Amino acid sequence: MKPRSFDYVRVKSLAEAVIALARHGTEAKIIAGGQSLVPLLNMRMASPAILVDINALAELRGISLEGGSLRIGALVRQAEAEGSVEIAKHAPLIAKALPYIGHFAIRNRGTIGGSIALADPAAELPACLLALGGEVEIEGAKGARTVKADDFFKDLYETALGPGDVLIAIRIPVPSKDMRFGFSELARRHGDFAMAGLAACRDGKSARLAFFGVGSTPLRAKKAEAALAKGSLEEAVAVLDHDLDPPDDIHSSGKVKLHLAKTLLRRIAPELAA
Amino acid sequence: MSAHDISLTVNGEAVREAVEPRRTLVDFLREDLGLTGSHVGCEHGVCGACTVRVDGAVVRGCLVLAVQCDGARVETIEGVSDSGAIADLQNAFEKRNALQCGYCTPGMLLAAEELLAAGGTPGREKIREHISGNYCRCTGYEAIVDAIEAVVQARGGRK
Ligand SMILES: Cc1cc2nc3c(=O)[nH]c(=O)nc-3n(C[C@H](O)[C@H](O)[C@H](O)COP(=O)(O)OP(=O)(O)OC[C@H]3O[C@@H](n4cnc5c(N)ncnc54)[C@H](O)[C@@H]3O)c2cc1C
Ligand code: FES
Ligand code: FES
Repeated sequence: MKPRSFDYVRVKSLAEAVIALARHGTEAKIIAGGQSLVPLLNMRMASPAILVDINALAELRGISLEGGSLRIGALVRQAEAEGSVEIAKHAPLIAKALPYIGHFAIRNRGTIGGSIALADPAAELPACLLALGGEVEIEGAKGARTVKADDFFKDLYETALGPGDVLIAIRIPVPSKDMRFGFSELARRHGDFAMAGLAACRDGKSARLAFFGVGSTPLRAKKAEAALAKGSLEEAVAVLDHDLDPPDDIHSSGKVKLHLAKTLLRRIAPELAA
Repeated sequence: MSAHDISLTVNGEAVREAVEPRRTLVDFLREDLGLTGSHVGCEHGVCGACTVRVDGAVVRGCLVLAVQCDGARVETIEGVSDSGAIADLQNAFEKRNALQCGYCTPGMLLAAEELLAAGGTPGREKIREHISGNYCRCTGYEAIVDAIEAVVQARGGRK
């Protein structure tokens, strides 16, 4: 189908973006890579009055190391991130996850910030951000703020972003040398959103497990994390019964998803071993 | 909604047009410029029939708005055919029967060319992964992979 009519503005500065968003309120939508938004427009599942195109904002580009964290600009394309030496070195979990996103033509256009802002429950990057204990930099009408990944994902497609907010960048703490990373997902075909997936990291003291596709947001499995930190994979797998309660969806029942989550944990356990 | 003026290059030629913001790039190319080599299938990013290049990168023509292409360099199957840049790939497709109805072919060729242009000698697995976002309802893919593999060998990793 074709989209309904809408107006369009390509903003030249962050300040202009914030003003445009404030003026149009919930009638406005930001467009970044458009790889999730344009399908919704084409299918008329979204019909904003105006699109605010942020693609010209240089402030939202670039990957840099800043005071112990890796900062990835919201407009960094997923394909650009895939080729980034900094990300491979300082955020290997994200490097592992990127090839699972859609297809190369989608990643040529889709952005890191767009994926985090959309917060699809079956998306790879939100789970990575959560597993890595990252942060989100936001600019809005009331100024700038930073939100921890643990507080960012609120509910189905609901995040700490309000209607007038622009996601500027994500920050990932640079990991210690003994940190290990594991990533895996199960999908029917290459490039599909996952039926279930797991992004995880672990060092000598602790573990962080972020499951996706098994709830309305990416979810930490805290009981399993504690068991894994003690070194017991079997116990970690067993307590996933208490950590997760996946709902049924069109792909599979909740029971199957729980089974897949356990399979994923066993599958990546060797990657997490020191 | 008011139309926006855009200027861009399409296959090397300067183009100035007024477009409605809701016009997708592939519809703009087909309906406004008469370049019907890029096809329209699903209109939500799944099939790859609408594949075109914007500023050198292969993208979905149905998921980019024409109005976003102000100042951009757009290339379509017509452009890369005329320049002869993918003549070897086109010959290989013909020789191996890698097309039947041809609906997927323009997108398939551009996707394959992006992989070839990256250099190296990708194997069948890598080729399959790279064309995984381009659906073909006729050939069963085997002949397409054969054709791309033949060009990989013939170009010998040259970019
Ligand atoms: C066929 C297909 C397969 C796909 N498969 C996957 C997959 O397997 N995994 C996956 O994770 N994704 C997948 N995607 C989605 C893709 O990764 C998108 O690129 C991503 O979800 C959104 O990024 P974007 O830059 O395209 O955002 P857009 O589509 O431009 O925007 C998405 C939403 O986020 C908002 N937004 C965007 N940027 C900002 C910002 N800086 N600040 C505030 N709000 C913002 C927009 O207003 C909109 O609501 C797929 C898409 C397609 C078409
Ligand atoms: S028409 Fe664009 S991907 Fe199918
Ligand atoms: S040849 Fe018919 S869709 Fe590929």
